[in-house]
Amino acid sequence: MAMLEVKDLQVYYGMIQAIKGISFEVNQGEVIALIGANGAGKTTTLQTITGMLSPKAGQVIFEGTDISKIPGHKIVSMGMAHVPEGRRVFANLSVLQNLRMGAYSLKDKGEIEHNLQRVYKSFPRLEERKNQPAGTLSGGEQQMLATGRALMSSPRIVLMDEPSMGLSPIFVDEIFSIIEEISSQGTTVLLVEQNAKKALEIADRAYVLETGKIALSGDAKELMTNESIRKAYLGE
Amino acid sequence: MSFLSYLINGLSLGSIYAIIALGYTMVYGIAKMLNFAHGDVIMIGCYVVFTMTNSFHLDPLASLGIAIVFCTVLGVCIEKIAYRPLRGANALAVLITAIGVSYFLQNLALIVFGSDTKSFTSIIEAEPLVLAGGKLKIPVITIVTVLSCVVIMAALMLFINKSKAGQAMLAVSEDRDAAQLMGVNVNNTISLTFAIGSGLAAIAGVLLCSAYPTLSPYTGAMPGIKAFTAAVFGGIGSIPGAFIGGILLGVIEIMGRAYISSQLSDAIVFAVLIIVLLVKPTGILGRPIQEKV
Repeated sequence: MAMLEVKDLQVYYGMIQAIKGISFEVNQGEVIALIGANGAGKTTTLQTITGMLSPKAGQVIFEGTDISKIPGHKIVSMGMAHVPEGRRVFANLSVLQNLRMGAYSLKDKGEIEHNLQRVYKSFPRLEERKNQPAGTLSGGEQQMLATGRALMSSPRIVLMDEPSMGLSPIFVDEIFSIIEEISSQGTTVLLVEQNAKKALEIADRAYVLETGKIALSGDAKELMTNESIRKAYLGE
Repeated sequence: MSFLSYLINGLSLGSIYAIIALGYTMVYGIAKMLNFAHGDVIMIGCYVVFTMTNSFHLDPLASLGIAIVFCTVLGVCIEKIAYRPLRGANALAVLITAIGVSYFLQNLALIVFGSDTKSFTSIIEAEPLVLAGGKLKIPVITIVTVLSCVVIMAALMLFINKSKAGQAMLAVSEDRDAAQLMGVNVNNTISLTFAIGSGLAAIAGVLLCSAYPTLSPYTGAMPGIKAFTAAVFGGIGSIPGAFIGGILLGVIEIMGRAYISSQLSDAIVFAVLIIVLLVKPTGILGRPIQEKV
């Protein structure tokens, strides 16, 4: 059984249908990429999965439970963390306060401390700047903070929305190696990216979204050799 | 000596404004709305104390306790019934609703308690403190008011910075969606904010009516507007800002009344607000408006 299963999802913004019945699944331990152009519905899909938006129809089944009608604030404690588009760190809170907010859903102090040390180990820069307001960090550091904040909740799956957006090429490489590291530690990753080349390089499988529908799907390495993908998304 | 006594009066009035302003500023910071009915919650709190002490002959402190509970529940209900359905509506709709709630509470008090002005008995009956050989008399209620304000401020800062619920409030005030992704129940956090603000309004109301012992359905309106001014003055959304703004406003009002003109004291208060906003639009401790990158 898939860890996360999206079934015939339909989402509207008012009268406009943004997601026109998409289905896909994510298995335990996989890195799944959701790629597509601007406005294809990638962010909307992630926001619907974690309850920031509610679907008009369809189901989101996470570890056997339909979570599409569960209030958004209860999703994270089920083991699903979301690194939102644009990072959305709490700019006036310190780096440490941001990370502690990430563990808001946890009760065990020892577990929180353990997660904090693990995040500091993955992102030494965050420890150096732990007392600094998050708004003073560079874009790349804020992305690390948003990622670390998500990992603070001990998630079994992490949803990442455009982690490379607006970052310098060095940081882009760093963010993708971080995603690989998260995956190697056993956490499942659902990655939304406009940088299709990078996303396909690290993903196991991928789904291509076009105007609210899944146009193509399959093994990431095979999609990279697909003629229409190469033309439309890889710029070749 | 009279200057010192004006200053003390100003600090006392300013403390009351500060406590009311905390309610405005917290609700603005967290729910992103101006709750113009906040001043009228003060008035309701005073009527509850008045009724408890006069009709039920309860002890003043017990009456205050009941008023705090009553206003806390009232604040949460106002938010649930009037404001929550408008979450996501434009700011103007919420503002008009808040003004509507304000008129509703005033007229409700008019029906229940009548339009006549009641004389409120101070909850503290004690001889004033006499200093400097009889030249300076400080009423005990003045001392209690200033101390209450300091204790409330300190407790609130501690609560916000040290408790989990306080951190959730900070997170919601910064980014509601991101806070929800962390597992924060945004609705409960907003309810808690209204509960704290309204409970404080009851305390402020009783202190106000103890110092200025008249009570009518419009008692809360003017102090409410002035406390709002204080909150804007200090930087709306900022808790220390509400404190500083409230104290400054109280002192300016009393000094203006004493040395310039008693008729113009309110005009002076609002003139100061206009000047501050011209020079520093975000208020004394207001955060600069952040640009999204």
